[in-house]
This record gives sequence, structure tokens and C-alpha cells, in this order.
Amino acid sequence: MKPLLTTKTLSRDFGGLRAVDNVDFSLMPGEIRAIIGPNGAGKTTFVSLVCGRIEPSAGTVAFDGADITRLPAHRRVRLGIAYTFQVTSIFAGLSAYDNVVLPVQRTLGDGRGKGAVRAATMDALDRVGLAQRAATPAGQLAYGHQRLLEVAMGLALKPRLLILDEPTQGLSDAEIDSFIPLVRGIAKDATVLIIEHNMQVVMELAHRITVFNAGKILAEGTPEQIRGNEAVQDAYLGTAHG
Amino acid sequence: MIGEASSAKVHGLHLGIVALLLVLNFILPDYHQSLLSRILVLSVFAMGYNLLFGYVGLLSLGHAMFFSAGLYGAGLAVAHLGWSVPAAFAGGLVCGALLSLVIGVLALRTIGVAFMIVTMMFSQAFFLTILYFAAWTGGDQGVVVPQAGRILHLGALSFDLVDPTVRFIAALVLFSICLFVTTAIIRSRHGRVLVAIRENEERTRMLGYDIFANKLAAVVVSGTICAAAGAAYALLFGYVGSNFASIQYSILPLLWVLLGGAATTLGPLVGTLVMYYVIDITSFYTSAYLLIVGVFLILLVLFFPKGILGTIRQRWLGWLP
Amino acid sequence: MAFGPHLLLAVLEGLVSAAVLSLTALGLSLVFGVMRVVNIAHGELFMLGAVLAWAISNAVGGPPALGFLAALVLAPLIVGAVALVAERLVLRRLHYEPQATIVATIGLLYIIQQMALTFYGPEARPVPPPFNIRIALPWFGYSGYKLSIVAASALVLLATWLVLTRTRIGLVMRATQYDRETAQAFGIPVDRVYAGVFALGAMLAAIAAVLIVPISQAHYLMGQDPLLLSFIVVIIGGLGSLRGTVVAAVLIGLSDGIVSMFFSPTLAKIIATLIVAMVLVFRPQGLFGTPTR
Repeated sequence: MKPLLTTKTLSRDFGGLRAVDNVDFSLMPGEIRAIIGPNGAGKTTFVSLVCGRIEPSAGTVAFDGADITRLPAHRRVRLGIAYTFQVTSIFAGLSAYDNVVLPVQRTLGDGRGKGAVRAATMDALDRVGLAQRAATPAGQLAYGHQRLLEVAMGLALKPRLLILDEPTQGLSDAEIDSFIPLVRGIAKDATVLIIEHNMQVVMELAHRITVFNAGKILAEGTPEQIRGNEAVQDAYLGTAHG
Repeated sequence: MIGEASSAKVHGLHLGIVALLLVLNFILPDYHQSLLSRILVLSVFAMGYNLLFGYVGLLSLGHAMFFSAGLYGAGLAVAHLGWSVPAAFAGGLVCGALLSLVIGVLALRTIGVAFMIVTMMFSQAFFLTILYFAAWTGGDQGVVVPQAGRILHLGALSFDLVDPTVRFIAALVLFSICLFVTTAIIRSRHGRVLVAIRENEERTRMLGYDIFANKLAAVVVSGTICAAAGAAYALLFGYVGSNFASIQYSILPLLWVLLGGAATTLGPLVGTLVMYYVIDITSFYTSAYLLIVGVFLILLVLFFPKGILGTIRQRWLGWLP
Repeated sequence: MAFGPHLLLAVLEGLVSAAVLSLTALGLSLVFGVMRVVNIAHGELFMLGAVLAWAISNAVGGPPALGFLAALVLAPLIVGAVALVAERLVLRRLHYEPQATIVATIGLLYIIQQMALTFYGPEARPVPPPFNIRIALPWFGYSGYKLSIVAASALVLLATWLVLTRTRIGLVMRATQYDRETAQAFGIPVDRVYAGVFALGAMLAAIAAVLIVPISQAHYLMGQDPLLLSFIVVIIGGLGSLRGTVVAAVLIGLSDGIVSMFFSPTLAKIIATLIVAMVLVFRPQGLFGTPTR
């Protein structure tokens, strides 16, 4: 099986700081891969390079065999890479419904009837449990629901790779508990790349874990392998919260 | 929020306004009928500006150049080249469309304050160029568009655009078409995307939308509508002059839209109407009418950023388009 | 006149323009550098200085030097006060939000311009220079006063530089420019710094106007050109940088003087305007991009 996403010697500098350092990364279709690591390890920078929000200083990114390094972000989204923001980025002035319509109307392409748009939108909202709140202005939703709205928008893109950047941050325990089956459900149709600090979520969900530290990949493996890895424990798990 | 009001209500409202305006043609005394014709054409200018400013959130300080492209394109075509009214109007539109395409490609590389300055600079250069080529454009004296050239021939019928009633009807037709067009754009999928770009550009990009292409389309449509207003102005009022290309005519649509209510369909008309009458009344007392403009701008931006219809929509009539 | 001396004349004229322009542009640059505010009314504050200079020197009577000196002292103070009022009443309430601030300063532009029209009138009026010495050069006589403008401007620039780099006030200004939040955390009264900087920017423009008004008359529309030229200088020279502003002002003052002498002034303005636009288009991070941090 060919990898869905690969990066080769991917790097990014900010002035004198090497935020992402020569990263070779590979992701198989159908995986749920978690990226963990201390703050400032370069996780968000890495996924931003993958989805095209920022440009690399060096290296390449390939998606489904094709080199996308020079491709602008919106074209990558059209290829099937969806990204949910670490800091919630929704349309606060629009209703939850109108938020999700935007990705839906694009993926349905040829302006098929209003009925199809409505159905697809409500479906995405329903999957994250926000169907009741479709008419609420997004800015008035509780923080946890806003995070879920982000996920709904990602889902509505019908992505092949869904990148979740710290999705459970700010969610209550109950919300996190219902989040886990949601992601499992998503993983049936899409490959999931999830940045997380919450170790319980990571251990339960991830097929494989990639550990970042200081811009490099420190270790990669199954949850058990990572749990037992001493270098990881020193760098991260030992002093981690969550 | 867009799209919430039913089509019936929105179109009903717009048709009602158009009908009201039509009736006014027959009731108003000559002076006000003439003034209202002018207001209708200039509110089309404001509508074009509103599309970019209200819905996309791009504040241009250079829209005078698009209005003037239409103005000079149509006016000079009749005065120097003897073109017919429809051809001249089309010529003005093409000038506006081309100019806005070029300017859009360049100016959209900048954001925020830089965009404002760049549009202002391009418009200034356009204004100075008009002065420089005074041999053709009449410089700051301007050019009179001969009355003989302002007769619209449609098949067997002739409409003399100099006649006040014909002129009013023509202005109203232009206004109605542009009102319908801008409303259709705003309520379409493309319109939603424009608002999304205004609300959260990065998010919209990450939903797969080509931000540059969408913004460029908006600039071109906006510029073309403003050029339509300019072309109509030349043909209906018979005069093209450089003051329409000056920075003042970039500030005025901003003022009209802010006053009437940005991101409302009828705001441009309301703003232009109110401002014209305010200046009309105060001109009895002082010739320094730009003082009023200045005061209004500051008061609006400080206390009433939503403008008249925007405030009404927020407080009472949430369905107002 | 042969080409050489003609060129020298153009250079001298350019230097005078550059001297006045560097003061005006520095005012605009400081305001943008520290406050991130683009003050479109900056040219009108310049004009106000010139108009007040006429009013004051007219009121003071006696030898022209006396009236001029009074104007040189009082006009900037009055213009600074006007700027301060505008900053407190309007700009601060808008929280210096970029779009709103530009619209508000446009409003301010019209208010100041039209007040000048109403109270000063549409005529251009001269102000007598403080002295009338002519310096005899081999090819032509040149006004001693014009040369003194260059000297005066250099003095003011030097004084400003000293204040910015050697005094506490200057340090406070530079700290606020560099990082507003940290400056606040250190107890710097950012609001007062902003008010001070805005007034200072206006005063610099006013001083420049008082200097230039004896050789070019005071007119209510005279603020437009300085505004455009100041923009060019600030964009090319670098925000908040005194050195960059002076260098750019000299370059632009000289080229404007030279080009205007040999070509049509309108064409020169067209080219200048397009250059500004293109610099902003192709170097978007140049000036109005991400704030310095």
C-alpha cells in the first residue's frame, strides 16, 4: 500500500529558529496517527506546512504520490486535505448552519438543488451532535461546541486526510468521551492526523504515534512502543500533563 | 444574515421601492426630479462600491477611477468619435472592466492599509493622466457631450436623453437593473463566499476557496458597475470633467455607503439621497460643503458605523437585505 | 543658462524641497511608526501651519523677521494642539483601528481644509521672508533665506534625533514603537505617548510649512502635494527610521526638483504616484505589513 502523505527533509525556519528540522514523515491511508510533543516542538508548524498555510524553507511534501510542495493551500484542500484550527477559527457572525454550508456548497460542486445542500449540511452537523443548534450564531456557541463546529466544517469537505489540531482543548470530560467515537467514525472514511496533548485520547485513538521534539521526530511507533520509550519519557511523557 | 429573508420579501421590497421612485417622477417638481435622476445614477456608483466595501470588506480609496473610466469612455466616445448611445455605454463599461481587472491584479497583492493607499495612488495617477492629456479630455475644463449625440435610438423609437422625464426613466432603469444584479450576486453562493472572506479570510482559504480569484471577481464586478454609473452620467447629464476623477469622488461613495448602511442592498441609495439633500440644504449657508462631508465621516465612524439601514436592520428589521 | 549651472540650480532647489520634505515626512513616519496610524490629514496640518504663519506674521507687524519668528514658535504649537484634540476626541475612541482611523483622518482632512477655505479664503497669500540676503554664485544669485531653510531643517532633524536617541522621552517612544504591550507592562503610559507623538508629528509638519511659506505662498489646497510626497518618502525610506526618512527625502526632493525643472510637473507627479503604488504592490511587507516585533 502506498503512503497517502509523505514529507522529505521538510524544514521551516523563522529567522534564526528552526521550527521544523529535516522531517521525513509518512502516513498510510486509513491510519489514525497522533502527533504529540512538548509545546514549541513544531507540531502545528509541521501540519501547517502539510496543509499549505505556510511555505517550507526546504524539503518536499507529497500527497497521494503527487508533489504538492508548491501547491497553494486552497488547492490542497480541493485535493482532500482538511485542517481544523488550533485556535478556533469559525465565522462567528454566521449561524452554525451557514458555517457548514460554505464547505458543503463547494464540495457539492455544481450547485445541485438546495435540497442536496441542506441535507449534506445537516448531516455534518448531526455527526458532531450540533444539529439542534444549527440556527445559533456560531459566536454564541459554547467553546466546546465551537470546536465541534470546526470538526463539522472539516467533515463537510469530505476530506481524504483530516488534520485535527488539538481538538479536545477546552472540552469537558463528557465532551471528550463522545469525541473519541466521533473520530473513530471519521476514520472509516478518511485518514486522520491528530495533534493532541491529552494522553488518554491519544492512547485510545491512535494506531501509531509520532513524537516531535525541537522540530525533529524523536520517535514513532504504536502506543505501547511509545509508552515504553525512554527518550520519549524523558523529553515529554515524564513531565507531561493530561 | 444573508439568505435568511425569503426571496419574495426581498424582491417585493425592491420592486416597491422602484415603483415608488417611478411615481415620484410624475409628482416631483422639475428641480427635484432632476436632482433625483442624478442621485439614482450616483447611487449605482455607491452600489458598486458597496459590493467591495460592504460585502468583501475591502476599503478602496480609488473608485473614482472606475467611475471616470465609464464617464470618459462613454462621454468621449460620443463627443469625439460620434458613437451611438448604446455603443458608447458599452464602451464605458469595457473601459471600466478592463481597468478594474488590471488594478485588481495589482492591488490585491496588498492587504489592509496598503490596499487603501495603493488604490488611492492608482486613482491619483489616473486623475493626473486625465489632466496631462487635456487635449483629448478637456483637462479640468472638461468636455461637453453634445445634445445631438445623446439620443437613444432603439429600432424605430427615439428617446432624447436630454428630456428630464426620459432621463429620469433611464436612470431608474439603470438603478433597477443594478439593484437586481447586486442583490442576485449577494444572495448567490459567490456572495456567501465574499462575506466569508470578509469575516474570516484564512478560514475561507482553508475551506478550499481561491481567495484571490474571488476577490478579483468582486473588484471587476464592482468596477464595472461603477463604470456603468459613470457612463450613464456622461450620457444623461452631458458633461465629463476631471473633478469626477479626483480623490473626492473616491471618498464620496465611501461616505454614501457608510451613511446608508454598508452591506445592505438599499443602503447606497439611502446614503446618496440623504447626503445630497443635506448638502443641498446647507449650501444655502456655506460653500464649504466638504466640511459637512468631513463631519459626517467622523460622526459615522465614531458613533454609527452601521449607518442608517444597518442600524435599522440590527435593531428592528432583521430581514432587511 | 548653460546646462551645468542649470543643473546646479535644480539641485539647490531640490535640496530646499528635500529639507522641508524631510521634516514633513518625518512627522508622518513617526506617527505611523509608533502608532501604526496613517494620518491622511497630515498634509492639512502642514497647510494649517502655513496659514497660521500668515495670520501670525500679519498680526505681529513690525520687521518681517519678528513676525516670522513669532510664527515659527506659535504656529507649530497651535497645530500641535489641534492634532492633540483630534487624537483625544476621535482617534483614541476608535482604538486606532486601521480602517476606521483612515476614514476619520479623511474626515479631519476635509474639516481642516474647508475651515481654512472659510476663514482664510481661496486666495494664495505671501508671507515676507525674515531677511533678503542674496548669495552671489558665479552663475546666478541665490536666495540666502532658501539656504537657511536647509540649515534650519538640519537643526530640527538633529534635535529630533537627539531627543529620540538620547533622552528618556525618546526611549519611551521607541519602546512603545517596538512593542506596545510590553511597554504598557512596564508602566509606560502608552496613551500619553501616542498623544505626544501625534502632536509631535503635526508640529514637525507645521515647522516645515512655516519655513517654506516665505518662498511659496500660503493656500488652502497646499497640503495635497506634501501629503503625496511624504507618503513616498515614508514608504521608500522605512517607517519610523529617521535616517531612512532623511535619505529618502533627499533623494525624492532632489529628483522632484530636477524632474520638475526639466519635465512637466504633472508627468513627474504621475510617475511618482505610480512608483509609490508599485513599491507597495511588489514589496507588500515593506511598510504596511506585519508590525515590527
